[in-house]
Amino acid sequence: MAVAEQPRELASRNWTAALHDWVTTVDHKKIGILYVVMAVIFLVIGGCEALLIRWQLLVPRNDFLGPDVFNQLFTMHGTTMVFFMGMPILIGMGNYVVPLMIGTRDMAFPRLNAMGFWVTLFGGLLVYFSYATGGAPAIGWFAYAPLTERTFSRTAATDLWALGLIVSGIGTTTAAINFIATILGMRAPGMTLRKIPFFTWTMLWTSVQIVIALPPLTAILIMIVFDRNLGAHFFDTQNGGSALLWQHLFWFFGHPEVYILILPVFGMVSEIVPVFSRKVLFGYEFMAAATAAIVFISLGVWAHHMFAVGMSRTEDLFFVVSSLLVSIPTGIKFFNWLATMYGGRISFASPMLFVAGFLSMFLIGGLTGIMLAAAPWDFQLTDSYFVVGHFHFVLIGGTLFGVFAGIHYWFPKVTGRMLSERLARWQFWLLYVGFNLTFVPMHVSGILGMPRRIYTYDADRGWDFWNQLTTVGALVQVPSFVIFVVNVIWSLPRGEPAGDDPWNAWTLEWTTTSPPPSYNFEEIPTVRSRRPLWDLKHPDDPDWNYE
Amino acid sequence: MSPVLLLAAGGQAAQDLSTFDPVSPPAESIRNLSLLVLAITGFIFIVVEAVLITSIVRFRQRHGNDAAEPPQVYGSQPIEIAWTVAPALIVMVIVLVTTRTLWEVNVKPPEAKPGDNALYVTVVGRQWWWEFDYGQYNGRSLGFVTANELHIPASVEDVARPVYLNLKSADVCHSFWVPRLAGKTDLIPGRTNQMWFQTAERGLFLGQCAEFCGPQHANMLLRVVVDSPEDFRKWLENQQKPAVEEASARDGKAAFLAQSCINCHRVRGTRAAGNYAPDLTHLMSRQTLASGMIPNDPDGKNLRDWIANPQTIKPGCLMPAFGLSDRDRDRIVDYLRTLR
Repeated sequence: MAVAEQPRELASRNWTAALHDWVTTVDHKKIGILYVVMAVIFLVIGGCEALLIRWQLLVPRNDFLGPDVFNQLFTMHGTTMVFFMGMPILIGMGNYVVPLMIGTRDMAFPRLNAMGFWVTLFGGLLVYFSYATGGAPAIGWFAYAPLTERTFSRTAATDLWALGLIVSGIGTTTAAINFIATILGMRAPGMTLRKIPFFTWTMLWTSVQIVIALPPLTAILIMIVFDRNLGAHFFDTQNGGSALLWQHLFWFFGHPEVYILILPVFGMVSEIVPVFSRKVLFGYEFMAAATAAIVFISLGVWAHHMFAVGMSRTEDLFFVVSSLLVSIPTGIKFFNWLATMYGGRISFASPMLFVAGFLSMFLIGGLTGIMLAAAPWDFQLTDSYFVVGHFHFVLIGGTLFGVFAGIHYWFPKVTGRMLSERLARWQFWLLYVGFNLTFVPMHVSGILGMPRRIYTYDADRGWDFWNQLTTVGALVQVPSFVIFVVNVIWSLPRGEPAGDDPWNAWTLEWTTTSPPPSYNFEEIPTVRSRRPLWDLKHPDDPDWNYE
Repeated sequence: MSPVLLLAAGGQAAQDLSTFDPVSPPAESIRNLSLLVLAITGFIFIVVEAVLITSIVRFRQRHGNDAAEPPQVYGSQPIEIAWTVAPALIVMVIVLVTTRTLWEVNVKPPEAKPGDNALYVTVVGRQWWWEFDYGQYNGRSLGFVTANELHIPASVEDVARPVYLNLKSADVCHSFWVPRLAGKTDLIPGRTNQMWFQTAERGLFLGQCAEFCGPQHANMLLRVVVDSPEDFRKWLENQQKPAVEEASARDGKAAFLAQSCINCHRVRGTRAAGNYAPDLTHLMSRQTLASGMIPNDPDGKNLRDWIANPQTIKPGCLMPAFGLSDRDRDRIVDYLRTLR
């Protein structure tokens, strides 16, 4: 190990020593915490950007923000939430949990792991540095060419945006490679690939997807930097470049990205539903196969973001079919979660409460996805507020609710303290109500013809009422996030002591102390089934008889 | 609050832009598809949420039953196959109806020929306004250019009057969207896309650019005016004429031609031949200014304000304020107001 173990009290007494410890750490658990803390900070920043956007759209022809500021805000909101909140928080949670789950002492490449985190953070800072140069990029997170060419976006903000994403992409890629190496090479004795915990399985496939999907993004980012700074013409349509090339390559990354943001959450849900239903995960093999199927199919659906670009009907049809096919393995997952709950004895402690929220709302995001996949209807819905409603149901109703479930689930392991259930319930219900109030009306305003990314609208269009509901909903969500942060800060010193295994769970992380020592396990455990702790707790009826 | 704002917006009644209120075959086909898909997904939604809520209520942990673990069920191949096949069948149904609608909506436009009653217009998206280059109507070449308000003829009884658009962009990506007429089609630089619609319903149909295209994307508004065939014919005749020459506006015309207006704008029949900004030949035949933002009032008040300082009305737009003297500005406005 590169860093000597420090006694806890000493570290907390000496501020600089603690700082030194966190900055130089290569411990997967500390890096995981760093990722999550960074992501939560970016979540707050991105959330504030969203609130400003909503305040501007509260009334027609509002002059709270001008067009430039508004366009910068939605660009930064999207970029922040996808690259500096969504991916880092999942990578961070995976970082913390995966080595513990598979019974090993660290990630395969601890120094690369540390580099991945710092590079991701610097990428984020680089993008935000654009504010210091006079303003953020105003190109949308999808940055369609040729609006990003120097002719149309003249400030350095677009360059900083592209460079920041290239840099953070290096971090994401190293994290993915690290997960693949760790999961394939460092599992506890006896833990064959068919016996790995489901969250680990989804982290493996997410990583595979990152490795496949991120290079095209890096490539086009480099190309646009060349266009802007070295006089290349890849996307410069006035000099023979192609606007469509950007869209194809961007969505070849951008659609798998959605699954990168949801697959680990599927994994968390697949851990939490069984533990809180007191039943083994129903249909593990089918769930596992469905995960792999989602990864492969989702690599061939990208142009459903581009139905309106004027492709031929045959091309449209190809992407209709592939996009609808994704719904089959996703459905399999959903039905298996329900089957796991069915006949169980479900306790609605905070992790399961968030999972219930996840299940009830991710379903809606999935079904509106089917509507968008029906290409002709997409001609109406694409680039309208309906799409904004749809993907927030997937990314908040899905990813964020799942992430909160995971945080409430593993917080006792990470800190040794329980989060306050009472505050967790307030957080959940405010978020649940506020979220629906924000995003259900967006579907309506989209159907009523309101396009995305407009900084204002006329009063005569019939959109004001729906926009007011949306803004009120956004305000209702605010206290929920405040309560979450308060709960974490309050529970760290004062929460009820958790013990090693507060949820009576079944995977290896619950065998070690809370928080785990830097070496994780005194003795590397040996595994015979998917639920090693079930075997331990039920020696008369172990799982390996059934797998 | 909203009645007040409505008054502020010029007393217009609320406009209908609903995709569920189609007046043209492509938009109708899409609405029919959407109702079917909505029914299917609505059914799935109700069934799955019902199962979820039932499980939550029925299998909730209660006091007194927390002793033993419930029976462990590891899975079931027949059940898994069932809930793989059932969604696959639903997907198949959706694919079939989607294909049918796709073939109805995306139609390659026929060649223009005499007696076809069809209108062909080339739409050029520009930051942040629309250029309409009228090609043919009923097989006849038209050859004039206008902006922001697309006039089309209404279909009457059994005479369909389809409108075929060629969509191009002069700068960045845009998207043509008038929800009640058809779905969106993007305008992409370096490409020519096509779309069509036709309607028997006369009146005004609103839309706007639906692809983010820079600072004033929100105000790249779009108006389609559906005229009766006779009104449309009159409108065409007027548009095809060169700009009117009124003796009373001679001073204004001279002032206009002496300013840099003519570098970007065109007035047919004069030496103002710019092709970068909206064609002004028949400016006063349009209802609005600044691509649908403000009414083009007959008194010219808005026109005067617009010329004085376009950046306060449409911040970031590509027309600068030229700092004209009040006298020059008034003369130019007087001239432009004659361009009916």
